[in-house]
Amino acid sequence: MVSGNIMVLAEHTGKQVSEGSYELLGKARELAAALGCQAEVALFGPRDLAAQLGGADVVVSVDHPALSEYLPEAYEQALMAVLADRNPRLILMSNATVGLDLGAALSVRWQAPLAAYVTSLTAEPAAVVATAQILGGKVLAEVELGGERGIATVVGGAFPAAAGQGDGSCAVVEFAAPAGLEALRMSLQQVLEPQEGDVDITAADVLVSVGRGIDGRDNLEVVQELADALGVPLSASRPVVDAGWLPKSRQVGKSGLKVKPKAYLMFGISGAPEHLEGMRSAELIIACNTDAGAPIFDVAHYGTTVDLFDLIPALAERVKH
Amino acid sequence: MPVRIVVPVKAVPDLVEEIELTPDETDIDREFLKFVLNEWDAQALEEALLVKDATGAEVVVVGLHEDPDIDQALYTAIAKGADSAVKISGGEGSTRTSDRAAVFAGYLSAEPADLVLTGVQAADDLDGQLPPMLAAHLGLPHVSVVVGVQANGNAVTIRQEFAGGRSHELEVSLPAVVGVQAARQAPRYAPISRIRQAMQAGGLREVDASPGTTGPSLTVRRMYRPEAAGHAEMLTGNADEVAAKIADLLRGRGLMKG
Ligand SMILES: Cc1cc2nc3c(=O)[nH]c(=O)nc-3n(C[C@H](O)[C@H](O)[C@H](O)COP(=O)(O)OP(=O)(O)OC[C@H]3O[C@@H](n4cnc5c(N)ncnc54)[C@H](O)[C@@H]3O)c2cc1C
Repeated sequence: MVSGNIMVLAEHTGKQVSEGSYELLGKARELAAALGCQAEVALFGPRDLAAQLGGADVVVSVDHPALSEYLPEAYEQALMAVLADRNPRLILMSNATVGLDLGAALSVRWQAPLAAYVTSLTAEPAAVVATAQILGGKVLAEVELGGERGIATVVGGAFPAAAGQGDGSCAVVEFAAPAGLEALRMSLQQVLEPQEGDVDITAADVLVSVGRGIDGRDNLEVVQELADALGVPLSASRPVVDAGWLPKSRQVGKSGLKVKPKAYLMFGISGAPEHLEGMRSAELIIACNTDAGAPIFDVAHYGTTVDLFDLIPALAERVKH
Repeated sequence: MPVRIVVPVKAVPDLVEEIELTPDETDIDREFLKFVLNEWDAQALEEALLVKDATGAEVVVVGLHEDPDIDQALYTAIAKGADSAVKISGGEGSTRTSDRAAVFAGYLSAEPADLVLTGVQAADDLDGQLPPMLAAHLGLPHVSVVVGVQANGNAVTIRQEFAGGRSHELEVSLPAVVGVQAARQAPRYAPISRIRQAMQAGGLREVDASPGTTGPSLTVRRMYRPEAAGHAEMLTGNADEVAAKIADLLRGRGLMKG
């Protein structure tokens, strides 16, 4: 049977379907309407979460203890079984951990082309056309997912979540757990919650944020001076945190925190999509980057290519006096 | 027997460079670009070396023959402490992950690894990421977005990261493929003298791999640079003048005392 529907792989916390899944579902509904098919959701884990998926036409539910928390191998097994049965024409996943695990594996196992880092999707008669961000957001690629099946992993925040939220009721198809779930080669040992930080960067009105352009732990001192003069906390891009120069609680972005300050001052941050996910809704974004072609300048309200090592001390002086 | 860790690596365009497109605008023009080691591969190599430091694992770094400046990347890995390096031919210089995964899978079928550690993604990935594709070809379990790998006998304990700093600790039995997001410490530095030494000693092993079947791929219609529609208003002048303008912007919004 070729159902040819648009499917979304749902993500959830066990109690709540994630915001990102509604973003995908909203887009799935739009594509399904254009193509004359249905929007369906693959829901793994607690079946009662289907009640939160009123925006879908169909929810295909696989409920099994191995699926109560996300576990890559268990999800992949369940998804392969569901895909073989439902045969959607397109499956949408987050371009975050779940999609980074499963999308490319499915491309090989389910034999479907994958478009990753997707920020836009439109239905044409012969193909779904996706736009993908590559090279840290410096280039966009328009690609065709023709053929009978395709996979897209979608960047968080690309589509509005509201379009996927609906109070309607949907048909729930209960799907038997595949036998493979009893013989997994990996197991979940523990769930680690994020450590509480010394400051809550999500509560600050203004953030001074630094990236790899700071080029060394010792150089943080000048930025700290500026932050102190403004009386605001320092935040950072991921490489600064990975290097151990600032704690994880200061990381802005996809795998860090989402912030929405009144002003976000950024120094030496290129504007990679994963960073933008965490700060693009700041009210005022001012970016300092010596590369005039840095993607951050497409998002920032104000920009400058002055060297951060010249600008920061000058700005600190202005603020102090 | 020590655990054999294989680290596939890729050379990617240096993002600091201006990126040009090919005349037909369906790819980037790689001819005049500067290439660097994919930053997540550098993290994977570091994590592999940390596992080696802790357990005496063997670390083999592998690159594709057609990748620009791949020798430099492989010798640098040796200088950092990798036990050996392999240069695989048999691919056709494709930058598509689906093609590269088939070549690496061909190599790994001939010379299997207990653990494959490689970057969670590469900046020029378009049709997916290497770790899951490779694992799917080889029929191995895989986990991506991993920070920290601990080897213990026939299994590894790893931490997989999610949004907001949540993470899962997983135990995965070997052989397995892990997509590394970040090593437990910043990648170590290899002094130029040691890289030179490695180059003089030579010793990149060249292996001809027969690629497995490539998965389906995409049709690229066009590539383009993001429209400058929403471009920032640029503040010009010297550091002091720009600082004054920024201070005014903040003051105007009541975000600065004084
Ligand atoms: C699964 C996943 C999750 C991720 N999550 C996050 C996340 O939560 N947050 C995050 O930030 N990243 C995240 N990343 C990483 C992201 O892809 C980028 O690698 C990262 O954001 C780049 O950080 P950066 O801009 O500081 O560094 P780079 O991209 O290296 O940019 C440094 C910039 O500094 C500029 N510069 C250099 N010197 C100077 C100078 N003297 N003055 C002014 N400018 C200068 C350069 O022109 C360059 O643009 C994630 C990646 C993955 C794969």
